[in-house]
Amino acid sequence: MYMYACMHVSMHLKPYMNRCQALIMLRLTTSNGGSDAPYTAADTPPPPPPLLMATHLHRSAALLLLLILSHVLVRPVLASGGHDGGGGAEEEEFSEELLLKPLSDRKVLAHFHFQSTALPSATNGRHHRLFPKAIAQLVEKFQIKEMELSFTQGRWNYENWGGSDPMSSTNAKPPGVELWTLFDLPVTQVDATWKNLTHSLSGLFCASINFLESSTAYSAPRWGFHPNSDNLRYGALPREAVCTENLTPWLKLLPCRDKAGLASLLDRPSIYKGYYHSQRLRIVSTKVTGIVLEQTLTVVLQPNVKRNNPVSSTEGSLQPNWSMSAVFKKKITGQCVLAKASRVFLELEEGLVAELEKRVFRDSWSNPLFELSAMPDREIKEINALQDQSGSILYEFKVANYNEYEPLDVGMMWKVPLVWSCPHAPFHVSRFLMGSGNERGSLAISLQSTQSHEQFLGGSDACTLQVVVFQVVPWYVKVYHHTLQIFIDGKPQTVSDVIEKLQVTPSEDKLLPGTLELMLRFPCSMHSATLTLDFDKGFLHIDEYPPDANQGFDIPSALVSFPGFQSSRSYHEDDSLKNSPLLLKFQEKHVMRSYTEVLLVPLTTPDFSMPYNVITFTCTVLALYFGSLLNVLRRRIGEEERELKSKAARPGLIPLLLAKLSSKLKGRTDESSQSSPSLSSSSPSILGPKLLFKVILIAVLAVFWNYYLNNG
Amino acid sequence: MTRIRCYWGWVAAAIAFRILLICFPKNLNLGSRPEVATPLTSLRRLAEGYWLKQASMSPYAGSMYHGSPLLLSILGPFTITSLMFVIVDFVTAMLIRATGQKLMLKCHQSLQFLNLSKLVEASGNVEAGNFASLVFLWNPLTIVTCVGSTTAPIDNLMAVLAIYGACSCLAPLAAFGWVIATHLSLYPAILIVPLILLLGHGPDAPPLKLFQQKNNSASGSSPSSHSHTKSTQTGIQIDYFSWRPVLHFLLWASIWSCYVLVLSSISLKGLGGLLEMFKKTHGFILTVVDLSPNIGVLWYFFAEVFDFFRNFFLIVFNMNILFMLLPLAIRLKHRPCFLAFVYLAISSMLKSYPSVGDSALYLGLLGLFANELAGMQFSFFLFCGYIGVSLLSPVMHNLWIWRGTGNANFYFATGIAYACLQTVLIVESVSTMLKYDRMLRKHITT
Repeated sequence: MYMYACMHVSMHLKPYMNRCQALIMLRLTTSNGGSDAPYTAADTPPPPPPLLMATHLHRSAALLLLLILSHVLVRPVLASGGHDGGGGAEEEEFSEELLLKPLSDRKVLAHFHFQSTALPSATNGRHHRLFPKAIAQLVEKFQIKEMELSFTQGRWNYENWGGSDPMSSTNAKPPGVELWTLFDLPVTQVDATWKNLTHSLSGLFCASINFLESSTAYSAPRWGFHPNSDNLRYGALPREAVCTENLTPWLKLLPCRDKAGLASLLDRPSIYKGYYHSQRLRIVSTKVTGIVLEQTLTVVLQPNVKRNNPVSSTEGSLQPNWSMSAVFKKKITGQCVLAKASRVFLELEEGLVAELEKRVFRDSWSNPLFELSAMPDREIKEINALQDQSGSILYEFKVANYNEYEPLDVGMMWKVPLVWSCPHAPFHVSRFLMGSGNERGSLAISLQSTQSHEQFLGGSDACTLQVVVFQVVPWYVKVYHHTLQIFIDGKPQTVSDVIEKLQVTPSEDKLLPGTLELMLRFPCSMHSATLTLDFDKGFLHIDEYPPDANQGFDIPSALVSFPGFQSSRSYHEDDSLKNSPLLLKFQEKHVMRSYTEVLLVPLTTPDFSMPYNVITFTCTVLALYFGSLLNVLRRRIGEEERELKSKAARPGLIPLLLAKLSSKLKGRTDESSQSSPSLSSSSPSILGPKLLFKVILIAVLAVFWNYYLNNG
Repeated sequence: MTRIRCYWGWVAAAIAFRILLICFPKNLNLGSRPEVATPLTSLRRLAEGYWLKQASMSPYAGSMYHGSPLLLSILGPFTITSLMFVIVDFVTAMLIRATGQKLMLKCHQSLQFLNLSKLVEASGNVEAGNFASLVFLWNPLTIVTCVGSTTAPIDNLMAVLAIYGACSCLAPLAAFGWVIATHLSLYPAILIVPLILLLGHGPDAPPLKLFQQKNNSASGSSPSSHSHTKSTQTGIQIDYFSWRPVLHFLLWASIWSCYVLVLSSISLKGLGGLLEMFKKTHGFILTVVDLSPNIGVLWYFFAEVFDFFRNFFLIVFNMNILFMLLPLAIRLKHRPCFLAFVYLAISSMLKSYPSVGDSALYLGLLGLFANELAGMQFSFFLFCGYIGVSLLSPVMHNLWIWRGTGNANFYFATGIAYACLQTVLIVESVSTMLKYDRMLRKHITT
């Protein structure tokens, strides 16, 4: 940070340049590593004015070089000094891991997991060696206990990519941006802090997270999203587009960025080409363990199929062969030197392992079904505690063993066509809209049983399943909560029988989104269940519509979790397992959860080009009413009668008009002589003094006005 | 005098027709029509408010319910309320009839006193009460409001109750009707002017000046008979404003409003106080928060108007109702019932969430003045206009909302046309009434 400031100053503020150079020189001398070149560069006398520009450029380039040089030189010295300083290496740790997994629908999942930890700030002050300072400041400033931010594009396919393993319960995220934070603050300050946090994050990640600031965008779930969450705030932006501009700041938080280590695999075109892309950041901060920053990137990619086509067999098509170099267009040339651990795992799911076991003898990566392109260093088997079913297998590759000349390129070559199924969550969850038109509709959440809970709970009749639904709807979807209906296997149920717990925060117009937290209990024998809720569509002010108003509005994903089911993997206890944050993460117990689809609700639009017309039309009608009514009320009988009398006395309307017209045409001078005697006798005598009086009045007014205006 | 033959038969038929229509609630689905149900009167929203209250939340949490907490306690527990609304409609019609009879009586008395009974006989007179109640009962707008299950019939009943109470000089009843009507939908608050005039002057009569002229001429010719005439004409108070019933009314109004507030606070106990109630009911009415389409013009206006003008126009539109109160009261002070009709018509045109229920009320009251307004201009045009708008408006709404082929301007155009029609109706009826008074005066002077 110090270096940056210094460079910044030297680039922009000339008067301070000498001082800055002096500081750098000081730094170089302390590092004992400076060469003579910087001295000469710094010692050159100030150039004459005509050459100022050129020399300035030259000088700043030299300075830049110098800074880089000093950085390179100073860094190892400081690092080694820290290491020597007793337990310094333990303070901050960084590890990088990558998990690759062939999916049953011919795709490949790659899950990058980077973890940085820093001990509580009291022990190491404000300076960090590896840990990103931005995150540490964020945690300190906003008193974050736990925070998760995810940028996702695409939808996790729960049917083909797994619904019950730790990967899907923790890394499958709803499309767009999702942010939730647990604050360590008194309840009164939480909302204000949340607003500041969204602004900081939106600056940090170049995303419009600041839209979550408005109270219509976030909610405070009680128990439906996270257990015991008093100070939790949850917000989602389903329409946020995710792109490299969000990935770059995310990579900046890694000590090696994407220059070395596993992150160097992140070739932008290939990772954004995938079916699913979720970039996640999770912070857990406690007084004891300090801050743990977990950055994960999950991508589902389609390996190139064309090359495999020639190798086809009679049993159906082969799974596509893939390798890192094919999928990412890159190979791993070594680990990030700052990482404590750097590993690549290749996971074979339960279903695949079971399929393998059926065909060949257990284990070994050299089998007749497929071939690995690199030799794994270790094989880790999952213990399936429930039944003696086959568990998943992990092949571990240590990146430290590979280098530039001998890069790591993990891949699979299939020899035999294989079909397997992935582990499912107890229910497939989907959400949809019912009804047509732009006035009202219904929201339906449907749960289709996958019958996989039988293996968890056994198939007894009395057993029940718990399902928690958490849903946030924007205020313009005005939900009628009394219309909640629940159908089990197509038959309507009494709502109070099925609902165990219910928490509703109704939406307030332009103020609060509606939050619905439902705990339901279903019988195990159930095949399908549907929840429906009626809603009215709101009508917005023209300013509240987004630029593409006719596209519709997104309702964020609902979250359905199954508290009775934990997704976790257990492996044989081993020392090396404790060093792997990814595997530790897999061993943690998580409640199984699935996100539903984002819904698109079309809302009626007013005519955006009409404001002036509408204002003028409405005001005209009002003026019409006001004027004509006042006219009717003002009219007096006496006046009317007088008018009638005078009308009777006059020659008639048309001759009168003609006379007036002719008099106008002929001009004022002729008027007195030409027009009818009654008019000529009356008009000059009345008009003369009247006109004079009016002119005088206006003149007096003007004088007054001028006088006051000048005085004022 | 022309009598309406088999009046009770017509009434029974109207009720039977309503009950028949109630049997097909799903097919008609009138409760969700924007013309029938507004955010204030929708029973669906009431059910949501009741549900929230049952879940021990404030019924006003989540901008769904904007009605009175008392309605929630009364209507909430019932599932079938349509039959109740039929009864409410019937009671309203009967009150209109009674009011009409009172008006007729007063009218005859005053005309006889003015020696103009020949004039009345000459122009084919109808029984205003019976006529008005039948107009009210058979008005398609009333039927739609009643079958559509909204709380609008109750609002209308309370307004009519207030007018009836004032007509028959029952200050407590008038005060009750006025307080409840104001509590339910705010706009009837302006009825306080005609109510006070009714209680002070008695029901509609020709202008006071005519009586004075008559008296003067009578006393001029025969001074001895003056006191005699006055004592015999008991119904007519030529003496000026009587403050006693007015004070009674005000006292009762304050008692009833305290009562309503106490009841409301009891029913909202622990769920959010009275302040929230006022904010969510009357505040909601005044600030036009809900921009969903209705038959008025304000929804589109406030959906389109620039945000920085919003407060200004809110003030303008709300003040517009108040602006006309005084001029109308000055010119029509001798006809308080008609004044009440004009006020109701104005508020139904300018209110923030109008529905056809409001039109049903003022069109029903219009029948009370059938004799006086017989010479009204444009009545055929107005009749056709009302029919045209009520047919076009659902079509335009369907095109815009359901088919997506129309746009908001189509529907707004029918709203504008409806507002214009109401304007014409108000202006013409006022001018006809003034002409009628002028005609009476002419008859007396000549």
